[in-house]
Formats: sequence, structure tokens, C-alpha cells
Amino acid sequence: MHEKEFDVIIIGGGITGAGTQRDCAMRGLRTLLIERSDIADGATGRNHGLLHSGARYAVNDPESAEECIRENRILRRIAAHCVEETEGLFITLPDDDLGYQKTFVDACRRAGIGAEIIDPEQARRLEPSVNPALIGAVKVPDGSVDPFRLCAANMVDAKQHGGQVRLHTEVTGFIREADTILGVHTRNLQTGQEEDFYAPVTVNAGGIWGHRIAGLAGVDIGMFPSKGALLVFAHRINQMVINRCRKPANADILVPGDTVCIIGTTSTRIPFEACDEVTVTPDEVNLLITEGSKLAPALSTTRILRAYAGVRPLVSADNDPSGRNISRGIVCLDHETRDGLKGLITITGGKLMTYRLMAEIATDAVCRKLSVTRACETADKPLPGSEERSYEAVARKIWEAPSMAQKAAAARMGTRAEVIRDAGREDAALVCECEEVSVGEVKNAIERMEVSTLTDLRRRTRIGMGTCQGEFCACRAAGLLARAHGCIERERADLRDFLQERWKGNLPIGWGDTLREAEYTQWIYKHVLGL
Amino acid sequence: MRFDTVIIGGGLAGLTAGICLQKAGQDCAIVSTGQNALHFFSGSFESLEEAPARLAGIFEEAGIRLHYQPGVRLMPMGTFRPAALSLEDVDILPDPAFSRKALIVSIAGYQDFFAAFLAEGLEKQGTQCRIHFLQLPEMAQLMMSPSEMRSVQIARTMDRMWEKVVGEIKVLLQDEDTVILPQVFGLQDTTVPGRIRQAVPARVIFAGTLPPSVPGIRTQQQLKRRYEVLGGTYLAGDEVIQAHVHDGVVHSVATRNLDSHYLEARHFILATGGYFSKGLRSNPFRIYEPVFGLDVDASEDRNAWYDAAFAADQPYLKFGVRTDPGLRALRDGVAFENLYAVGSLLGATRPELGSGAGLAIRSAFQATDQILRRSAPQEDGRPAGQSGESNPSES
Repeated sequence: MHEKEFDVIIIGGGITGAGTQRDCAMRGLRTLLIERSDIADGATGRNHGLLHSGARYAVNDPESAEECIRENRILRRIAAHCVEETEGLFITLPDDDLGYQKTFVDACRRAGIGAEIIDPEQARRLEPSVNPALIGAVKVPDGSVDPFRLCAANMVDAKQHGGQVRLHTEVTGFIREADTILGVHTRNLQTGQEEDFYAPVTVNAGGIWGHRIAGLAGVDIGMFPSKGALLVFAHRINQMVINRCRKPANADILVPGDTVCIIGTTSTRIPFEACDEVTVTPDEVNLLITEGSKLAPALSTTRILRAYAGVRPLVSADNDPSGRNISRGIVCLDHETRDGLKGLITITGGKLMTYRLMAEIATDAVCRKLSVTRACETADKPLPGSEERSYEAVARKIWEAPSMAQKAAAARMGTRAEVIRDAGREDAALVCECEEVSVGEVKNAIERMEVSTLTDLRRRTRIGMGTCQGEFCACRAAGLLARAHGCIERERADLRDFLQERWKGNLPIGWGDTLREAEYTQWIYKHVLGL
Repeated sequence: MRFDTVIIGGGLAGLTAGICLQKAGQDCAIVSTGQNALHFFSGSFESLEEAPARLAGIFEEAGIRLHYQPGVRLMPMGTFRPAALSLEDVDILPDPAFSRKALIVSIAGYQDFFAAFLAEGLEKQGTQCRIHFLQLPEMAQLMMSPSEMRSVQIARTMDRMWEKVVGEIKVLLQDEDTVILPQVFGLQDTTVPGRIRQAVPARVIFAGTLPPSVPGIRTQQQLKRRYEVLGGTYLAGDEVIQAHVHDGVVHSVATRNLDSHYLEARHFILATGGYFSKGLRSNPFRIYEPVFGLDVDASEDRNAWYDAAFAADQPYLKFGVRTDPGLRALRDGVAFENLYAVGSLLGATRPELGSGAGLAIRSAFQATDQILRRSAPQEDGRPAGQSGESNPSES
């Protein structure tokens, strides 16, 4: 076979695309994934990282709720190293109607979600950061999930099953013959190299950008970009997810994850042109802090690390171009039956939580076209790194007496931390002190996880995600990347891009310690290092 | 406790002021939180175009040797920047193409020195470069802990073993005319950089590392020692938490450690630095000066604090405490009788004083001159500052 021919091309390196590639590859297909930027750069990496129990949707959208709880159980099993089983609370505050609690619990139970009413005192004991004024609490099986890790693990597994990945590569058009898509034209945005790839089926998994990709093929999918803004706090103040027990509204979910916690979100319709550069406004910041502090009062005095926003790929139900009937559910469009265009499938809608199911649905559609009958195994086979459930057990298995840094590595890498077991002293040294990321872990990411920039590296390792926001670790990591890629000039530019990208997230919340850190970073890079 | 002048802040501005005043016979106290901009000093004095004899004098007496030579310096990321007045071990080069062939020597396991970046920058200038990583068993102890291989820790070890490094360099050196080393020498023993230069048969350049800056910490230690030798009191690890002010005159300040033992003085100098040093603080609504609540020349609109481009000159860095022409700090538009603001706390409110180290030193000189003039006995025998007639703006 020609090296540019595949069974299926997947456009989009978000969680849906990565999941679809994994599923297709596990069913024996020859796959190519093409991503314009980096994996998890779109909505995948710009949300709460909430492992929904489905409770949030139970009252208004029972179908989504059932999907969530099913996938919740599956992800705990197959993505153990990406998931933290924190459990969650739905709290009722004095302003809320306590009567809603019963409606909520009944709906959860109908959807198969274990929801247990606990008394406020018990809630305060379970989660000391919770607003002590609460008048009601329900415990649900929420958790948190690291979307970067999850996406990377899917990509790594797809590669282990023979999949190929082209990051920083844009689809510039479709190769088309009459009513059939034969492949894609691409351009590498880093090198400018143009290449064509061929496959009988292409899957459009571009999230909100899937609208534009469909447009390249001449078909219209009625998408509605909806911006959601979030804040990351520098400390993890809560151990459980805290939600508000009322009709879903703005800023009513606080999710703990790794060393931080995240409050969100908002929901604002934005134009397509704005999707590439979404920013967080001061009003959104104020709203998030005010509402968030009602869930956990400590938020009002906790340092904010970063503000960011993602764009939900909402889709109008098919054949409803008015957009009145917007669904948050999964949408899989076969453009052959829908638009008379063969060889193209769009998978969109849905959420991080249901990515695996979306991938399964898309892969089933691909397999039907290719007459492949192999069944989906992604609900049973753990992702690479997740073969063991407890990271502490993983760490102890790899190292006799694991250090804090080794435990942190095991938490991030799961069983794959094995590859840095025998790191010598030089490789054991820390690049990032905030997140305890070692030289060895960085080298592993560079060698095995398709890293070409510092921002890519951040998504694989958490480098630069800690309290210093990359002040020191960025240039250390740049040294390692420069060595791996052999190009200093490119790395210097990459370092500038990285600092700019971090600043973008700091600027909306640039006061207090964030401004201190920003001044320090300015000084170091401009005056001391001379970048 | 009573002093002539209490200086809040122990960085470059505060120490320079303290030394000047002690030399003039005053009895001073410096209150220092322990963290200041000297810890990430580049080694070059920005915006001091020439060496004022007075600065050279003060530094010389503290054992700090400066050299003045307009040119460029090699920055840690391999770029070049104009520089003039610098610490002795910071090289000023006539032009970026200063070398034909250079040997860049780093230490295995040390991540905070960017040899590859230096080499690339030099090669652009036509300098042929070779990088060598020294394998030093003496570093084994440091490498046991994953976060110990940092500049200051390495410098402590290097103070004991620099001669061995010189020996290795001599063996390594082929026909290179220049040897580039990280700035991790001479933390305690200030003669080491000079002795390395003498011992190595090539030009030796010490290039910067990630902070903390070894030359900066050494400079801070030397200035502090000099100040203490002159009889100054240095309260390290303490912080002013309250000021006692009456009728526009500061009477005393309270510190965290000294409890009810207030520091009283005739004059006060505020040298608490910028945002990093907490001389300026901010919340979502304003930028403020926390000790005296001084007037800050800052925009009220938070959106006007920043430029979206990280590398641009950020507006918030220009904000600073407002002063009268004699550097006396203003509150509600009125100058304090005896409180002077110096150093980066001023932001860009006094552009004629420069920025960075230049601003620290010039403003420290100006404030101490005012204080000494006002303390000098007048014909009636009273210090000018208490005569009620002095107007700093005229002096």
C-alpha cells in the first residue's frame, strides 16, 4: 500500500478524534489523524475536566444523563490514570428551592445514577470547603478527568495499533471525484509542506471547527458556537466536585483536579470568526468569582492562576436550520445519506464525558462503509497507563520507595511511568518544580507523544501549569526540546509563543500574585535572559 | 528604638541609601523582607550610562569592582544587548563578533545554563563553538535531590573546587580563543572569577544563568556587609506592618518581629520595590502602596494595566508612587514631611532618574542628599529639617 493511503482519515485531534482513531485502529483499520494544532487544543482542553455522573442533566435531559453515567463507569475502568474518583455534591443554598432536591434525586435514580441525600453537617465534614450555609446536599458519583492525559492516552494507543498522527497540519481541502470524497489536501503549518492523503472514508471530528471542515466539502452542518469561560485556581481547595442543586446555570460547578481547582462556566453564543481567539472578559471573571464563592467561600481569597474559555460544538437537530432545536447530545451525520456525498462522516455534539461513545458510533459508521464487522472493544480495554487503578500502587510497583516526584509521575503517566524507572540522576532532575516533572518524563513525552512545541509539552506533562506558570520550567524544557529537535532558533521563537500563550490566560486575572509573577517573568526573560 | 533614618527595603536602593547615610554619620535601620531584585540582577547597571564616581566609590569600599566600557554583553539565551557599567565579572564586549572560536563549558545535570542557545547565538556571529559538559563527581551530592542543581547550590560547591574546573578546561582547550562558563563562581570568595581568568589561557566569559543570580546575591551580601561595618542596623526577614503618621510627618513604624518596639526616626525612606517585592500591590480594583497608602500613578481601569502582547512594554510596569520634586512621597496629593520614595517603587513616574538599577541608585542618592541637607546644622544650630522652613523642591 502507498504510505499515503489509509482506510480512514480522522480530522481533529480533540478527544473525539483521538478516541475515534483509537477505536478504528483497534478494529484493524489503517488510520491517519490530522490536527491543525495540537491534541486537546480546542474544547477538549478547555472545560472543567468533570467526570460527569450525569446528575447535572438528569432533570432536563435524561438521555444525556444515562449516557454520562454509563461512560462514567467505563472511564473509571479504562482510563484510571486520567480519572480521579472524587465523588461530588449537589448543594442547596438558602437562596435555592430545597423542593428541587426531590425532583433532582428522583430524576437521577430514573437515569441509574446513585444519588444519596445527606445532611448538611455530613456534607461539611466530607467537604470542608463547602459553603457552610448550605441547607441540603446530595452525594453523586461525579469525579474529575484530565482531558489532556485522556486525549494523549487515546493517541498513544492508536499509534500502538499502527495509527499515524500528523499534528500542526491543516486540512486545506478535500480530494473529490463527482459525489465521492477520496481524501484530503493538507499543509503542515510549521514547515509549509503540502501533502495529499487518501482514504475511502474521512471522519470530520473537528468540534466547532467541524463546521468549516464540512464547508470545505460543500456541506452545511448547523452548528452554534457557545463560549464557556472558566477560572483555574492555584490551590486545590476542594476534594469533591461541588455543584449547585438547581436548574443548571452559570458558574455552578467547582471541580478539583491535580493540584488545582476549576470554576465554570458561562454560556455565550459567539460568531464562528471568534472561535480561534476566545478571550475571557472582566465581567465573566467577576461572575465566576462571585458565583463560585457561593459554592466554596474560600475561592474569593484564593489566587487565580489562569482564565480560559472553550467553545462548545452545539448542533441543531438535523434538518432544522433555524437552530431552535439545539441538542447537547451526540450527532453523527453520514453525509452520503444526508447530503449525497460519499466517504464523509461528521461526528460532533456530545461532550468530553461521552467521547468514547461518540467514537464508537463514528467507528461503527466507518465500519459499515468498509464492511468491517469487528466489534468495538474500547469499553473494555484499558488505555495505556490505566492497567492499574491506584497510582500509588503503580508507583510502589515501579520503585521500592517512590519519592514525591516519582509518585507525581505515576499519577500522570500511570503504568507507563515504567519507562522512567531507571532514569539516571540527570534524568531524575526536575524541570518543573511546581508540578514535579522530571527530565526523564519530558524526554519520554518528546520521544513518544508527538511533541513539537512547549505548549504541546505542557499538554502532555503539566509543565508550566503550576503556580509559576512556566517561569523557570519553560526555558529548561526549551533546552531539552532544542536538543531533541536540533533547532535553536525555532525553540527561541517557541519559548516566546509559550510565554505569550501563558500571558493570554493571566491577563484577565492580572492582579495580586498573578501580577507579581508576571512582573518577575517579564524581568527574567527580557532583562536577565535576553530573550 | 530611635534612629536617624529608617529605610524600608533592603535591595539595591535601600542598601545604597543606608551606606550613604551611615558614611555621613547617621544611624540607620534597614527593614528587609529578605527578597529583593538583586537576587535576579543581570550584573549590568541598566540606564547608568556612565559610572558616577560616587557609585564606584561606594561599591569599591564594599569590595565590589565595577568596570565601565560601552559595548555589548552576551545574554544567557545567546542574544546580545548593549551594556556599559557592569560588575567586574560581567564581560562587556566591543562587538558581538568578538571571538573566532569558543569553548562553552557547562556542568552535566545543570539545566539552568543554556549552552546550546549560547552556541547558536555565537555561531550567527561567525564564532565556531564547541560545547562540553563537565562530569563532576563533586556534584553527586547535589544531584541526589532532583531540585538541588541550581545556581547558588552549585556556586557553593564551586567555591571549593574551581581550581579543578580550571584544570579540566586547560586539558579541554584546543585552539579556542574564548571559554564561556556559567556565572556560578565567586559566591563567597570574590577573587575566584579573576583567578580563573588568570589561570585559563584564553578569554573567559561568565554568562548568566537562570536566577537566583550568583553575582547579584554576592553584590547584595557585599553591600549589606559594608553597611553593617559602617554601623548600620539590618533587620532581616522582617516587614513593616504599620506606620504612625501625624500631620504629614512619619513618627515611627511597627514591624512584624519587633512587636511594640516601634522604629522611630527623623527620616524614612521607602525602598520596597515593585510588584514582585510587594512595594506595590494590586487587587481587581486598584494598584496600591500597602505601607503608607501613598498616591500611585496608575490607571483605574484594569484593562489599561496590560498590553495583550507579553513582550510589549507593559503599562503596569510604568505605574509608581507619586513624589514631589525632592522625592518626598505624596498621599492625597500632599507630600510627607520626612518620607522619601526610591527605587522601582517609583515605576516610570520619574523618567529622568532612569529605570532598573539606575533608578535605584540615582533616587537613593537624591533622597539621601535631601536628608543630609535637611539634617545639616543651620546657623541657629538646629537641623534644617526641623526648622520648619525648608522646602525640598528648592534644593
